[in-house]
This record gives sequence, C-alpha cells and structure tokens, in this order.
Amino acid sequence: MARLNGPQYTMDTFSIAGKTFASRLIIGSGKYPSHAVMVKAHEASGADMVTVAVRRVNISDRSKESLLDYIDTSKMFILPNTAGCYTADDAVRTARLGREAGLSNWVKLEVIGDERTLFPDNEALIEATRVLVLEGFVVLPYTSDDPVVCRKLEDAGAAAVMPLGAPIGSGLGIQNPNNIRIIREFSRVPVIVDAGVGTASDAAFAMELGADGVLMNTAIAGAQDPAAMAEAMKYAVRAGRLAHLAGRIPRKLYATASSPLEGLVGR
Amino acid sequence: MTITLNGDPFDISGPLTVSELLATLEIDARRVAVEHNLVVIKRATFDEAVVREGDQVEIVNFVGGG
Repeated sequence: MARLNGPQYTMDTFSIAGKTFASRLIIGSGKYPSHAVMVKAHEASGADMVTVAVRRVNISDRSKESLLDYIDTSKMFILPNTAGCYTADDAVRTARLGREAGLSNWVKLEVIGDERTLFPDNEALIEATRVLVLEGFVVLPYTSDDPVVCRKLEDAGAAAVMPLGAPIGSGLGIQNPNNIRIIREFSRVPVIVDAGVGTASDAAFAMELGADGVLMNTAIAGAQDPAAMAEAMKYAVRAGRLAHLAGRIPRKLYATASSPLEGLVGR
Repeated sequence: MTITLNGDPFDISGPLTVSELLATLEIDARRVAVEHNLVVIKRATFDEAVVREGDQVEIVNFVGGG
C-alpha cells in the first residue's frame, strides 16, 4: 500500500494537452469587489490557471484599467472563455479574438443554450469544438454532466471535458455525483468540474468523485472574504484529491466497532 | 468616413490602418485583439490592414470572467 507522503502524492500535478499544472484548482477573475481583492484571492488560491472573458473595449470610456495589470502572467496561465455566446459562430469568433489577445491557443469554450439556467447548448458546443480543434485550438468545453455528450466532445478533439456540478453561480454543489463518476470512467481526457461549487466541501466532494480538477469563480469571488475562501478551496481540492487517491472505505448500514471487543472491564 | 465600431456607427477620417485607428482611439495595441470585417487581424499586421468606409471593426480586450 502506497504511503500518502510517497512521490505520487507530493508530485501530484496534472496535465492538459501536454501542459502541466501544479494546482488542480482553476479560478476565475469575474465578480470580485475590486482588483485588489482579486489579487489577494488569486494569491491565496495557489492556482496557476485563471479564466478571463473577452469583451468589446468601451470606446467612449477607455479610462478603465486593464485586467491584465492585476494578473501575474508569469505565474498564471490565462484561459480566455467564450462566456455569453449563444451560437457556435459567436463562440468561434470570440475564441479567435481571445487567442489573438492572449497569444495562446487555449479556450474555455462555452455555448449557452438557455438564459435562466445558463445550461450549455451541447449540439452547438460539439460543433464549435470541432471547428476550433481543426484550427489548432486546445479546447476545454463547459458541458452538461452528460457522459454521452462528454464522449462526443472528446471524439471531437476536446483536450478536457468540463461538466457542470450545478448551474453557474448557483452554489448548489454537485447535483449529480453519479454522472461525474461515470464521466470520469468514460473519459480519456481530464475531467474538470466547472460551475456549481458553493463552498469547500463541494470542491472536495468533486475531487473525491475522481475529478481531475475543479474550476470555480463565484464561490470565491462572491464569498464574504474571497481570499480566505480561496485558501479554503486550495486545501479542499487537495484534500479531496488525496482522499480519492487514498481509497475510501465502503459504506455500511450498521456500525463496526473501532475499539477491541476483548478485555472490557466488568465482563 | 463612417465605420461600424464595436457595433455602433463611428465617424473618423480615413482610410487608415488598424494601428492608426488604435492610436487615434488612444488604445494600447498590446492589450487588445481586432476583428476587421469578421476576420481577426494578427497583431503583426496592424500596420498593414486598412480600414475603409463602411467597414466593420471589433476591438476587444480581457475582462474579469469565470
């Protein structure tokens, strides 16, 4: 039995498309109360990949500081997203612009199908994945927690699959743990649970289920103390990962005593 | 001339290159990506791409997101 301090645990990095990351926590850059708070939270998270959105420059008011002034790109890998896109065409367009703005060919691909739930349009997502993979992109699609869709995305060339745990920003936690486990069993690419995490135990749970990583934004940015929550998430992802590797005990209906039954006083 | 800039009509004297357009708008070219008539313009060719009357230009940058 491997020891928990063995090299396979301390050197537990993970790779997507040949690029290795030290942390299995991927964070966002949206919804922070200020840039200063975001900087502290990013630092506390230990993450080395951060998602950003691609938006039109405000032509009439260009006074706003650039987001990139507040992200240490020597430590953080920038992952542009296509959030807010409702068609494959718009997502592909946005991905191309993100590649040019960021000078990397990675994209967190989102094609939204419904405004209220922000659930993905999986059909358009698969189509956009196919187009972008052909153009040389490393595509990380945000998808439903549907094993069949994840398999199709993988077949289309996705470098990882990112099933949702619950609706974006809902903080509901992992709603369908069974599907996440099945997706992990089906997939040959990394599985990153993206969206739905509310607190540290949700992130740990996702990792215990076998996820290779967890991506979150609101759970940290929206917490009362984002830096403290970022630190909590760092440990939660690590704890969940270790628990997954360690192999949990089977669930049983009745008790099994932990102390010896022999030598009891008075028997 | 009038172009469509980030979805809105915009008056500017031209034709002019993408580099000149960004300079006129006081936008740091290193921080943005530009799409010209639905084609993304490589940063290295900002000096060559010419924007003309009626053209459609999108200028984007990174903002916070998840």
